[in-house]
Amino acid sequence: MNHSTNDLAIDARMLARRFGAQWVLRGVSLELRSGVAAGLVGANGSGKSTLLRLLCTLLRPTAGTASIFGADIASEPDRVRELVGFFSPVPGVYEDLTAMENIRFAATMLGRPAGSAASALERTGLASVANERVRGFSSGMLRRLSLARLLVHRPRLLLLDEPYNNFDAPGTALLNDVIRETLAFGGSALIVVHDVASAMPVVNEWFSLTGGKMSPSAAIPVGSPSPSIIPALGMSGVLH
Amino acid sequence: MAFRDEWLRARAVAWKDLMAERRSKAGFNSVAALGVTILVLFGFALGPDAEAIRAAAPGALWLAALFAGVLAFNRSYQVELDGGALEPLLMYPGARRSIFAGKLLANFVFVFLLLVIVIAVSLVLFHITVPSTWPRLLLVVLLGEVGLVTLGTFYAAMASRSRAREVLLPLLLFPMLVPVLLAAMQATKALLVGDVMHDAGAWTSLLVAYDVIFLISTFLAFDYVIEA
Amino acid sequence: MTAAAAFTLEVPKSGRWPIFGWFAVLFLAGAQITAFAISPPDRDMGDLQKILYVHVPAAWNMGICYLLVAIYSFRYLWKRDDRDDLIAASAAEVGTLLNGLTLVLGMIWARPTWGVWWVWDARLTSTLIMFLVFAGYLALRAFVEEPDRRALWSAVAGIMGAINYPIVYMSVRWWRTIHQVQSTPSTLDPTYTFSLRLNAVAVLFILIYFIRRRYEAALTERVTEQLSQAAALGGPLHA
Repeated sequence: MNHSTNDLAIDARMLARRFGAQWVLRGVSLELRSGVAAGLVGANGSGKSTLLRLLCTLLRPTAGTASIFGADIASEPDRVRELVGFFSPVPGVYEDLTAMENIRFAATMLGRPAGSAASALERTGLASVANERVRGFSSGMLRRLSLARLLVHRPRLLLLDEPYNNFDAPGTALLNDVIRETLAFGGSALIVVHDVASAMPVVNEWFSLTGGKMSPSAAIPVGSPSPSIIPALGMSGVLH
Repeated sequence: MAFRDEWLRARAVAWKDLMAERRSKAGFNSVAALGVTILVLFGFALGPDAEAIRAAAPGALWLAALFAGVLAFNRSYQVELDGGALEPLLMYPGARRSIFAGKLLANFVFVFLLLVIVIAVSLVLFHITVPSTWPRLLLVVLLGEVGLVTLGTFYAAMASRSRAREVLLPLLLFPMLVPVLLAAMQATKALLVGDVMHDAGAWTSLLVAYDVIFLISTFLAFDYVIEA
Repeated sequence: MTAAAAFTLEVPKSGRWPIFGWFAVLFLAGAQITAFAISPPDRDMGDLQKILYVHVPAAWNMGICYLLVAIYSFRYLWKRDDRDDLIAASAAEVGTLLNGLTLVLGMIWARPTWGVWWVWDARLTSTLIMFLVFAGYLALRAFVEEPDRRALWSAVAGIMGAINYPIVYMSVRWWRTIHQVQSTPSTLDPTYTFSLRLNAVAVLFILIYFIRRRYEAALTERVTEQLSQAAALGGPLHA
């Protein structure tokens, strides 16, 4: 393992994944440097979520390899899981537990101190409902709760699957702050987005998937609110 | 150190499962009620002759625990599937066997409480007198329960994520449980009459062997089952 | 290595297998005729004993099938090759078939011999339990659609079932011996043993042929699925 590979947050080569007879990813290569946030766009069914699930070890690749900060997703899944935080559109919390119990549980499972749960709830604005059961939470509150789980984890690589769904403006700002902090500490983020505008402030690179393959050139997001960033897109995000 | 981490994780999973179960009281209460109902139905099937009922009591008791307990196993994964919590659970670093250990522990407690109720009701309904060998009987109950819960928790990891899980779990589980049920029933039967034939010991050893073999193999195989 | 290379299955070729099939059928017929011709009628059972020339070989070969399921299941977990999964599945189907045959013939034999269709004998009972275990295995395969998941799960279930067999057998035997003395086997005529073994080999050939053809069918099915999907997506997977 040479030194330069370890600098890459994601080093994926020819990743492919088949569900039954259906090839959802058909050989995707992607390099993401540390300190960079990349946006991933593509139509429904283009394989975006599958790519994220492969990178965070929830799925095994049918073919191809990938490493996260030098940790191979197939042979060192445990190290990868320590490094990666996956933020999915499904909250994935336990409805019969309180917000605090949910995050404490996550802290134990992640090997983090129990105290980290309180500050994470504080930051996501859930401190006042910390001891209420999750069952009655609105979808926006549930998103904040999963974000709190991510704050307890503090992973080096954020894999965010449509993270802006159900967030109000302050929620979006909070999420972007979390992404910026991760980048500041030398981490990276790969963000699947439909809502390109929300991700604009943090994303420095764009990737595009079509039919399970990387599109030859970076897609320029449609309806981009600030044309000034388009030159920035032009200089990066192109696949090798 | 690593073992301590795994234990902490297993304990957290067990605590979380039991807490969720306790909060939704309907779960345990209805399963326990079902267990009692099954005992009553066995009484109708075997009675009204008191001697016949007493002779069949060990079998009825274990089957009631089995039929009611099997509901607990699928529930234990349903908690994860309902809110999409399985993915975050699998994303936590550390060996997945601690998840299995946690679920096993929670199910053990759940089925133990169920067994307490089922046994207490059996004592009354089937005119059983507690024998002097009751500590050995308790051992048999615990060993039998370990076998039941180990394979139940293991197969539910598959069945709960398939189509037709209500049918699939018993179909996979019950034939696999034949040795443990047979041994537990026979040992219970022997001990209830004071183990006059001295055969409870052999059945207890079979229970121990079964538990050890399947504890090891399910712990080894759990990674494969939960991965896909 | 390209992504495509390791995972493109090929349509299996039947080759000389049909010839082997004819050979197996003729061998079985010959073995049966030999058994009927040379073995004397049993002193107690008379010609009823002839049923054992199918019953016993079926039972032995059922064991071989289940052993194959366990071996190829292990191999699948190790190598993750789809073909191992399909062989295990084929062996399980043929094994369940032989298992059913064993049970039915056993019952037909038991009725005139013991006066009942069924006795809770250790072998009979554990054979029935194995039938149920592998019925569960096949149900698991039927109820799980995603092929990778199905392959993994059924591999695990197949291994667990195989591990369970000796324990089931022992527990049922204890259960029987504790309550009832087992009948002692009578001394056997050497021609009887020879005929049994000859027919066991014959059934073994049939078994190999069945598993092979079942495997070919399953593999062809799998290849067809992949090709149709590839066509739908516009050409096979390119690296």
